[in-house]
Amino acid sequence: MKLSGLDLTCIRGGRRVFSRVSFSVSAGKALVLTGPNGAGKSSLLRIIAGLIHPAEGRLALEGGNPELSVGEQAHYVGHLDPLKPALTVTENLTFWARFLNGKTDAGATTLIERGLDAVGLADLAQLPAGYLSAGQRRRLSLARVLTVPRPIWLLDEPTTALDTASQHRLQRVMQDHLSGGGLVVAATHGPLEFAEADQLRLGKSLSEREGLGAARDVDAVDPVP
Amino acid sequence: MTALSALFVRDARIAIRIGGGAMMGVLFFLAVVTLVPFALGPDLALLRRIGPAILWLGALLSSLLALDRLFANDHEDGSLDLILMARPPLELVVVTKALAHWVTTGLPLVVASPILGLFLNLEPAALSATVLTLLVGTPALTFIGVIGAALATALRRGGLLLPVLVLPLTIPVLIFGVGATNAASVGPMPFETPFTILCALTLMSGVIGPFAAAATLRYGME
Repeated sequence: MKLSGLDLTCIRGGRRVFSRVSFSVSAGKALVLTGPNGAGKSSLLRIIAGLIHPAEGRLALEGGNPELSVGEQAHYVGHLDPLKPALTVTENLTFWARFLNGKTDAGATTLIERGLDAVGLADLAQLPAGYLSAGQRRRLSLARVLTVPRPIWLLDEPTTALDTASQHRLQRVMQDHLSGGGLVVAATHGPLEFAEADQLRLGKSLSEREGLGAARDVDAVDPVP
Repeated sequence: MTALSALFVRDARIAIRIGGGAMMGVLFFLAVVTLVPFALGPDLALLRRIGPAILWLGALLSSLLALDRLFANDHEDGSLDLILMARPPLELVVVTKALAHWVTTGLPLVVASPILGLFLNLEPAALSATVLTLLVGTPALTFIGVIGAALATALRRGGLLLPVLVLPLTIPVLIFGVGATNAASVGPMPFETPFTILCALTLMSGVIGPFAAAATLRYGME
């Protein structure tokens, strides 16, 4: 399995976020997106997920299920935790497992329990998600990724709000996913260590930025609707 | 199918739990209908004549009450991103969400309407006609409303945008709903004529609404 993007250009609100970005990442490898705020890390992840259409360029997946889009084979963990405060921790996770899987497994309950156990939320299973702390909410979001098997993980700042122990656990889980033939694209400011990782740096480097002065990345672009 | 039934169960559960919108509609309906006799005075004949119209107006306003949160909640917590990425077609997702919304907010209005009809001095014939027309007509209001709900979410504007957009589109439903109820109680038109048109309006909005809402979400969420 190989995910690649060719000459991707992203225009948001009339502003060119990045132009002609190419990348390629194959199974068992991680791609780490770095760059300053506003460089387009999140936008690139959303383009891969199919939530934004690139202005130019294309995205290709080799070796995946040809009947499904990239987004349908990927997990997307964005800045927001898609949890409903009125539902319990278990209900939230069960909903996403059933909605994303599209089928009821006989062992679904044990799978959910195992997912909650893996992120250390098993004790809070019956607590409404509204009472969770920011780090616990994030861990519940990551439990979704562990419960539903999908080859591509798109992670946007996955370590946000996580404590050190959870960060290490996430690191281990991602490494397991990679050695199982999965593929990770992660945007991060913090330290994420992978055995095998490529880095894609978005946005202009500091020296280029100083040289270009005020006109740096605001190109003359027609506003898009 | 499991994915959609999971979505239905989740939406229904959230609506019924504390803080959900299910009971708000019925309470608003009750408030609107009880205000009318105070405004009109104790004229029983007048109340009986305009009763069906009052019930329909109350149900129309109440069914729009919680509708603007239909996609906005999912948008704010990022659920909508995952729903847009997922395998089930967005049109069916919209139908599922609309049905869950109708079962938790529209159906209680239908159930409450005969009790509120008694407040308005309605006869049994008019009462049962009102219940029947509301049962058939309120799904149309929800399916028309999802277009407004999707637009309000895509434009990131909540509040009054939805009623302003949706109320004009609901006029035909209101006309034939009240028309059918009046035909059943006072005549002279046969009940079936406006009632079948009301059924047709519901079926039409059931097709057009989800497609329009799904298109709005697909192009508006970028």
